[in-house]
Amino acid sequence: MEYFLQNFINALQWGSFYALIALGYSMVYSILMLFNFAHGDIFMIGAYIGFCIASLFILLFGGAAPGWLVLILTIIVSMFLTSLLGVLIEKIGYRPLRNAPRASAAITGLMIGIILETSNIAIFGTKRIAFPQLVETVTYNISGVFITNKKIIIVAISLFLMAGLHFFIEKTKWGMAMRAMSYDFLTVPLMGISLNVIAPLTFAIGSALAAAAGILYGLAYPVLDPYMGILLGWKAFVAAILGGRGSILGAALAGFLLGFIEIFTAMIFPSTLRDLIAYSIILIILTVRPHGFFGKAHSSSLRL
Amino acid sequence: MKPIIRFKKFFRFFSAMPALGWLFGFLTAVIIEYLIGDNIAWMLGLPKIPALFGFLIMLKKPLLIPGASAYIIIVYLLPLTLTARFCSGTINKIAAKLYKLPTPVYTVLYLIFLYIIIDIWAGISDYRIVTIKLTFIAIILTLSLNVINGYMGEFSCSHTGFMALGAYTASTVTLILCANDKLFGEALLPSYLAPFLFPIALIAGGIIAAIGSLLVAIPSFRTRGDYLAIISLAFMFIVKSLIENLEVLGGARGMGSQPHLANLPTVFIWTALSIWIINNFVTSIIGKATNAVRDNETAANAMTVNTRKTKIVTFMFAAFWAGIAGGLFAHVLCYVNPGTFGIKKLAEIFTMVYFGGLNSVVGSIIGAISFNLASEALRPLELFKWIIIPVIMILIMIYKPTGLVAFKEFNIKKILAPKGDK
Repeated sequence: MEYFLQNFINALQWGSFYALIALGYSMVYSILMLFNFAHGDIFMIGAYIGFCIASLFILLFGGAAPGWLVLILTIIVSMFLTSLLGVLIEKIGYRPLRNAPRASAAITGLMIGIILETSNIAIFGTKRIAFPQLVETVTYNISGVFITNKKIIIVAISLFLMAGLHFFIEKTKWGMAMRAMSYDFLTVPLMGISLNVIAPLTFAIGSALAAAAGILYGLAYPVLDPYMGILLGWKAFVAAILGGRGSILGAALAGFLLGFIEIFTAMIFPSTLRDLIAYSIILIILTVRPHGFFGKAHSSSLRL
Repeated sequence: MKPIIRFKKFFRFFSAMPALGWLFGFLTAVIIEYLIGDNIAWMLGLPKIPALFGFLIMLKKPLLIPGASAYIIIVYLLPLTLTARFCSGTINKIAAKLYKLPTPVYTVLYLIFLYIIIDIWAGISDYRIVTIKLTFIAIILTLSLNVINGYMGEFSCSHTGFMALGAYTASTVTLILCANDKLFGEALLPSYLAPFLFPIALIAGGIIAAIGSLLVAIPSFRTRGDYLAIISLAFMFIVKSLIENLEVLGGARGMGSQPHLANLPTVFIWTALSIWIINNFVTSIIGKATNAVRDNETAANAMTVNTRKTKIVTFMFAAFWAGIAGGLFAHVLCYVNPGTFGIKKLAEIFTMVYFGGLNSVVGSIIGAISFNLASEALRPLELFKWIIIPVIMILIMIYKPTGLVAFKEFNIKKILAPKGDK
């Protein structure tokens, strides 16, 4: 039982990374009907930006500021910077291709991903970088289940961000505009809401969430390498599909589900089989429910 | 104005030159390189014959740029220009004579001619041989992916998965039957049978890939849209992960010591065969049905096209060729590991398809050749290669979203026809 609970908590942490990244995929899809294949690399860049900001803060404040304050400041500043990157990518890569076949946009996304990866290698080199430890690890033992304070912080922050996103989309005017745009992107611009405002906003929010995921990842596993975007990004992409294309709630839930699948397969089977079993389960789920958990069936004219 | 006119006049020679003339020009060029290339390179101060039209040398040592460009001019451009200037008439007459033969006959003659040129050109260094083999394999891959992404209008991400299936199946067959190795022990058959077994091994790889493709095709062709993209992506990861976990096949360490069966003529023949068969496929009834399904599935269905069957057959066909390409790939490198068949390889194949052009056999050939040569030529830039190529690709996607030579038919008669006054 303890073993199960222990893994449950690990899965919650692991799933929150997937959920945060999958949200970005799903939001962009709901507005522009395309997958931003560069999103995994935005996550990676976000983690590296977080690394730079955190190192800078540590250099500036030294030991004067408490770790949690530095962490929160780092997250906020890097989310902001990464969202600028997202806006830039939308502007350069996706806006000229809005009327092109969607496959072209997918290729552009892949290429932007490669550029981000390569420039990152050019700056930081291929070797792994240790993420600065902002918070001291404290382990709580609750009747045999070990919980570190980091896990609590990670799950709490990601849940907080998801709740914030939900609030933003459901309660604010901007969120309403986004929902309207995802409902019908041809008519809504006639009502005075420009796609050229909403699309960058979507990219900005998605990238900011990816950056937060990157920093939290760095907090949990304090090594950054330039290929972590590929590793997590594609799985998060699959999670976004699993939740249903364009569904925010679905993406978050499917992210957690994917985390659970992976951790529990690693619990039962040897860990090398993790990918195999996770993707096989996804294949079976998608065969039974082609549109994911919360997705709507598309008309046959829609194609990549 | 004047230089432009002169420039145009200069190129008029080339416009009058038939395909045969180009072949003649290149033949003289490669023969010159083969016979006295070393001397010319030595006179121009180059350490050895520039392996890839001088690009590598130019980027590595900028001081040698004049020498390398002089070498290109002397060895390649000069014979080509001279042939174009003085022999066009004669060659046109020969080409017209050849043109009267049945189409398969003169196509084969041209192919033999082309092969001789490539063989002489590649004989200079091993580097050239490997480059040209990989380029040929890339042509097969690009064509087969173009069948799905261009002709059928779907977005398949599982091509590296099919490649891996083909590579591992073909390697297993050849390793069991005709090689002494650590994984499977002694060879079962004498080694002189190996060249005859190799096609069987390749075809076995292709068939396994085609059967594997059913796993993607059956669930994903029930609905349209980007569904195939996701299922095929998952399939690719499943194949990769499966091979990583199969210790029988070497696991994540990979599988090595394949016999050297994929020599230049073999790869050339398979490539020519694949171009021929794929071109026939896409111009056949089923190929046209595939196009109809892409453009409007409902209308195609109303016109008695069995859409589901068409899609599945086309998908299996493409997977078959991907499997063949994988088998060749494994035997060219004599080593494969599951990591080879990842997202990076997939991105490369996508680049070649979308660079060359969708729905076009010529486009795929151009895309594969130019991408391979460019990525080899930019190798000295190391990291920046992976910035330059994506930037070019993004620009092409912005200005020509379907690729350079999209929606063009491949007509061998037109290409090989004699030119000039009629």
